[in-house]
Amino acid sequence: MTGGGNEAARAAERVARESYGRLVAFLAARTRDVAGAEDALAEAFASALKSWPADGVPANPDAWLLTVARRRQADAARRRHTRLAGEEHLKMMADEMDAAAQSPDDIPDRRLALMFTCAHPAIEKGMRTPLILQTILGLTAQDIAAAFLISPATMGQRLVRAKGRIKETGIPFAIPEKADLPERLEAVLDAIYAAYTKGWAEIGETGAPRLTEEAIWLGRLIVSLLPDEPEAKGMLALMLHAEARRGARRAPDGAYVPLEAQDTSLWDETLVAAAEALLHQANEAGPTGRYQIEAAIQSAHVARRMTGADTWPAILALYDHLYRITASPVVTLNRAVALAEAEGPAAALAAIEPLAADKRVADYQPYWAARGHLLAEVGKGAEAYEALTVALGLSADPAVRRYLQGRLATLQNG
Amino acid sequence: MRYMMLIHNDDEALAAVPQQELYADWGAFNEALAKATGATPGMRLKPASAATTVRMQDGKTDVLDGPYADTREQLAGYFVIDVPSLDEAIAWAQRCPSSKYGAIEIRPIVEQ
Repeated sequence: MTGGGNEAARAAERVARESYGRLVAFLAARTRDVAGAEDALAEAFASALKSWPADGVPANPDAWLLTVARRRQADAARRRHTRLAGEEHLKMMADEMDAAAQSPDDIPDRRLALMFTCAHPAIEKGMRTPLILQTILGLTAQDIAAAFLISPATMGQRLVRAKGRIKETGIPFAIPEKADLPERLEAVLDAIYAAYTKGWAEIGETGAPRLTEEAIWLGRLIVSLLPDEPEAKGMLALMLHAEARRGARRAPDGAYVPLEAQDTSLWDETLVAAAEALLHQANEAGPTGRYQIEAAIQSAHVARRMTGADTWPAILALYDHLYRITASPVVTLNRAVALAEAEGPAAALAAIEPLAADKRVADYQPYWAARGHLLAEVGKGAEAYEALTVALGLSADPAVRRYLQGRLATLQNG
Repeated sequence: MRYMMLIHNDDEALAAVPQQELYADWGAFNEALAKATGATPGMRLKPASAATTVRMQDGKTDVLDGPYADTREQLAGYFVIDVPSLDEAIAWAQRCPSSKYGAIEIRPIVEQ
């Protein structure tokens, strides 16, 4: 496949996805029947993905999808005599499709409301990200299952159950009231960011869908739909900063390259600039939430590596602020790693001392890796070896495993 | 949608609450409930120690002195509301004076 053809296919896929999510949200908004809306559009979406890359994207993608979906739905209704209970409901959906196909430019964008539905507190936390990936992007249960390391059948069942719950419990399709917005938006952003971190971990996998790309797309969507929310911009900036370094975080032989050793000429300047611009806009309202602060930390790393300026004190101050918001042991750990750069390994080891008794980090690989690294630096070889062995035991990524095996070998020989 | 709001309280904890205050809070809550949604007032149940549980098995009637569920928090009352969505139901659960002393289970009612 040529690069150009690939690009055309991607572009067509994007348009199909854009239309699909908008139409699912529109059709499900009144009936709260997400599964029904998806059923109505599924075949149309599949044929769009097949024919648009070759034939080109139609002038009005929404109308195209609605027309095909309407035809398929009519076929299906003729084939199986629709169960009585659902008939009225299906008719309503069909009427809506007809009306919308007449004037597709007037279809309101309810995707934001649908995202809030999917990330509603009444939906099981672990299912919020899969629901958004399926309803807004049209990813299949199989694709989502691959990213979440569970069987497609199980993922399929859990998605069906979650959609049933939206309808049964009466979860609204609405953007929350101002008072509830920060908390509820956080759930939406967390779900999108979880998709990004899932994709980030799967660095070598080329077969799995590029979840990072999907998450960034969702991030852009939510920034465009909620332009006044600094946290949405902060989250997108955070993802773009991470994405900018994609090309530099592995050596040509696939080995893991830590941030301080990365070749900055391999960083994607366009993405860095976009992230910085978003963060700047977000900061105009003053720092508010965790994503904004985390993006600011990444921005300080960029400034240090690009200009050589000592940004460690600023990073420590940002971590302190972040800890006040989250009280997370992961923040304590990351702050200690920054502290090691600013004041040396002994200070950092003292800072992570309280984590030794914290059960939440007992199986957290970065804790053991950082601990082993710091112990080695202060010359406690035997303890370092022990910690790095635990880190190795907790790693699944082959590149990280190779890196740790190298460190362990050095410790043994030194 | 119509929801039945099932109030579950710890009887002991509830007994320790200043009763006059609780009555006043419930009075205000029922007033608000009636004005805003047209719902009938919430019902408070006597403590679970006053419960009797009947079960029919193989044509035999089994009468037990005590509540159905063997839990610390017991069904202590309920109210029924008709609101557009779960979010409004959650808001009414938050407002209910008894929510401070236990949990409120929100159950959609099957419509005929």
